[in-house]
Amino acid sequence: MACTLFLAGCSGPLSALEPEGPSARGAATLWWVMFYGSAAIFVAVSAVLAMALFRPAPLRRLGPEGMIRWGGIFFPLSNLVLLVIAAFVLGERLLATPRDPAPLRIEAVARQWQWEFRYPDGETSFDRLHMPAGRDVDFAVTSEDVIHSFWIPRLGGKIDAIPGHENVVRLRADRPGTFGGVCAEFCGPGHTVMTFTVEAHEEEDFLASVDELGNGEGGQ
Amino acid sequence: MSIEQASPNPIRLHKELAALWDTPAGWGRLSAVNHTVLGKRFIVAAFVFFAIGGLLAMLIRVQIATSQTAFVGPEIYGQIFTMHGTVMMFLFAIPMFEGFAIYLLPKLLGARDLAFPRLTAYGFWCYIFGGSILICAMLAGVAPDSGWFMYTPLSSSTYTPGINADVWLLGITFVEISALAAAVEIVVTVLKVRAPGMSIDRMPIMAWYLLITALMMLFGFPPLILGSILLELERAFGLPFFDPTRGGDSLLWQHLFWLFGHPEVYIIFLPAAGAVSMMIPTFARHELVGYRAIIVAVIAVAFLSFGLWVHHMFTVGIPHLALAFFSAASGLVAVPTAVQIFAWIATLAQGRPRYDVPMLYLGGFFFVFVLGGLTGVMLAMVPFNWQAHDTHFVVAHLHYVLVGGFVFPMMAAAYYWLPHFTGRVSDHRLSVPAFWLIFGGFNLTFFLMHLTGLLGMPRRVAFYPVEAGWDWLNLISSVGSFLMTIGFALFVVDLVVQVRFGKAFRRNPWNARTPEWAMPTPPTSYAFGSLPHIEDRADRLDADKLGAELAGGSGYLGFTRNGWLETLTVDMTSGRPDQLLVLPNQTFKPLWSGLATGAFVLCLLFKFYWLSLAALALAVASLLAWTQGMGAREDVGALPIGRGEVAAPHWETERPPSWWAMVFCIAAEGTLFASLLFGALFLWLVAPGWPPPDAVSPGTILPVLCLVALGSAALGGRGALAALTAGNSPSVWLMLACASHLAAIVLLASMAAGIDDPTAHAHYATAFVTLIYAAVRSGLGLIFAGHGLWRERGGYLSQARSLDLRIGKLWHDYSAVTGAIAVLAVFATAWLVGSAR
Repeated sequence: MACTLFLAGCSGPLSALEPEGPSARGAATLWWVMFYGSAAIFVAVSAVLAMALFRPAPLRRLGPEGMIRWGGIFFPLSNLVLLVIAAFVLGERLLATPRDPAPLRIEAVARQWQWEFRYPDGETSFDRLHMPAGRDVDFAVTSEDVIHSFWIPRLGGKIDAIPGHENVVRLRADRPGTFGGVCAEFCGPGHTVMTFTVEAHEEEDFLASVDELGNGEGGQ
Repeated sequence: MSIEQASPNPIRLHKELAALWDTPAGWGRLSAVNHTVLGKRFIVAAFVFFAIGGLLAMLIRVQIATSQTAFVGPEIYGQIFTMHGTVMMFLFAIPMFEGFAIYLLPKLLGARDLAFPRLTAYGFWCYIFGGSILICAMLAGVAPDSGWFMYTPLSSSTYTPGINADVWLLGITFVEISALAAAVEIVVTVLKVRAPGMSIDRMPIMAWYLLITALMMLFGFPPLILGSILLELERAFGLPFFDPTRGGDSLLWQHLFWLFGHPEVYIIFLPAAGAVSMMIPTFARHELVGYRAIIVAVIAVAFLSFGLWVHHMFTVGIPHLALAFFSAASGLVAVPTAVQIFAWIATLAQGRPRYDVPMLYLGGFFFVFVLGGLTGVMLAMVPFNWQAHDTHFVVAHLHYVLVGGFVFPMMAAAYYWLPHFTGRVSDHRLSVPAFWLIFGGFNLTFFLMHLTGLLGMPRRVAFYPVEAGWDWLNLISSVGSFLMTIGFALFVVDLVVQVRFGKAFRRNPWNARTPEWAMPTPPTSYAFGSLPHIEDRADRLDADKLGAELAGGSGYLGFTRNGWLETLTVDMTSGRPDQLLVLPNQTFKPLWSGLATGAFVLCLLFKFYWLSLAALALAVASLLAWTQGMGAREDVGALPIGRGEVAAPHWETERPPSWWAMVFCIAAEGTLFASLLFGALFLWLVAPGWPPPDAVSPGTILPVLCLVALGSAALGGRGALAALTAGNSPSVWLMLACASHLAAIVLLASMAAGIDDPTAHAHYATAFVTLIYAAVRSGLGLIFAGHGLWRERGGYLSQARSLDLRIGKLWHDYSAVTGAIAVLAVFATAWLVGSAR
């Protein structure tokens, strides 16, 4: 019962803890590992403090140098080395490395306060993103004015939309469905409402939805 | 020149010293230069700003308490959260630590005041005036609204055309003058102005923390100051540095901002950690364990903190391998932090801990800060950061670190040192419930906010739909924040009650063993009736016994002479006394300088640019007036300092504190200049829209003449000093320096004027600013050389009294070298651009 409540607490239309794609799943797994690890470390350090206050004898035997060496250096260092390596490997897997054949590429152009999505054959949509489910998509993200940030929490990490630069993020939706997207970087008064909807379709539905958009006039 | 008889009577000695050191009453209060007085004023002012920032936080928590509670639109909300962050970071945290440092530092070092009392006062006025500009702007409804890190292009004139962003850029830079002043003051004071015998490895640990923090400020603040100047130049005069359509890059701002912003976090945390390192031994009844390990750890934190700034920028599209480097470095900072935490725990384990109110607050610090550190390591991991960045997870993390790492230890410090301020002991009646309200309220507000962030709530949204599912989490946070506010209100009431009704005590209520307790409490304006001779590490003193001895005048300088405010300086490492430092009397000059500087800032803010030049001239003149009457017209030689020893007054020595101050000012100035060169290089490498249509063409004759002029200015400075120390008049050499600086200014300005349209492209703008900046440095050189002439006319210079020329020489050399670098840098970028075409 408590468990269900807890899991319910982690869900929501924009929840990074309810992943629907490999990028978000990797980050969520990393989060849970770090969460339980941190909880254990916190309990351990608190226990040492409690010992120092109430049962100091064993700590005294270890001596001050011993405590600083073990608690201050070896303990955090060993944890960090493992964590940094794990995070680096995970990060490498999520990168949009060039490959053959290249994944589908969709351009996301941010402006105050609207998202424009451009598909390979020149179709465009506004604030509603169509993507195929079950395969990787490279999103090439840029901005026409201030800095924004492109984020679909249930699919994966965010990337900033920076004027004059183009950043690529590779995302995949495991299954068809509708997900929320937001602008994550403060971009002025319209920041709050600069959201978009992501529709992940089966392959043929995706093609049909994009065809329907037409060139530069479709969308909302 | 006579010494009044060393008084065996503590009362008479007190009266004599108090007559010299006390701040006058009435309007004379505004002439205060005393560290005890100004430290308290800083602390009170910082607390007022904390209350303002806290009220803004309440408004934020009301606005987003649920999906139905928004009461202002996004425009006003932008001002509210921008001001909350700005006030808390720049007007509360940094000045609060400065106030503590100003109040405590001389007392910890066994000195009577800081090295530069008038600079303390000037810093205070800059802080108050700069802070007032921001608060007035907020009351007028034109507060900054681009977020406290002011990302461009949102904060540029295209997207924030009003005065809002200018208020931030100018107001905060104004306040930062005060931070840099405090940094120079703290560094020089710790290095030089200590009690005899206090070698560098005998200092109270807090002095080490403050020294390292202040050094970090000297190198951390200039990048932000440069960024603010460049952004203001772009907004006011159209010079592009950040505008991507004209060869600028918004990422340059982010680099400059976080080059400051990350060290800033440790600049806030380390002084608080220093306070923890002072309190734990007192309550553990055992000296600090791992004194040297802690010093090494703090130095390691300082170095690492300058290599972490990119972890605020993991989502801007930097190559993954570079991210991995910054990720590892960010994680690594946990190690020296853990060293400190385990040294504190080990101190408790070795001692016989006893409970008192400060320990309760330290418990809160421990709990909150460790959690903040753990989420910090999480955020350092790149794939998780991509999800959590710019969400409420980060908001929760940063509050855990800053409230845990600064506010809780500072509240502990408030209860620990309050008896020192007031001479009255604490009782427990309100401090305990206040703690539990603050601690409980804080965790209620921010613990679940981690989850709010992971559920996808971005920072700085003004409202949200009910479907997002964040209502109950936010409501709990808001309830917690109100509990916390009630706790802070109780804390304030408690402080007032204790200041007013606390029970008086005689001396040293905690049985602490550090020098600040070896004096009457509340402290006298001169702190120590006579200065101690430190024989052992300064946290192993018998403060009660020492205090009585010093008050009786048996230490150094237990007398008055010539109406001078005297303290001693020591050799940096050995602690051997080497100079008699004569400090300035109470004066209104810092106030006038502060007002003139404020007038300059206001002229810039309201775009009265011609008038601003007059205000600037006034400010410079008022600062020059500080030296009037300082020093002496005849050599006095070594004077007795008590205990049978003698020392020369500081102006007759080779390297008095003011010489060191110039060295550290140059270090900060050099960082500012290096940041500009970094900016120029960064834009060439990274910014879109390069190369520009044409490279700048500096020609050859002007630059060569310019190098000659710069070299001859340095020669003038060196020749003047050599002539003076050889017993000749330095006038001709000083005139050469003046003429050379003047020539350099003209040449640099004509090179800058030769750039067709600096507003057309960042390449032209950076070259233009590099040259003008070099000209400004030569302008200062002109002032220093002219000042030398003026001092010579006044009869203040002699073979023994060469300080003014020594300081001048440092600047002439420095401005020549950096001027040459500026000219060569313009050449180099022109060549790079030319060859790219």
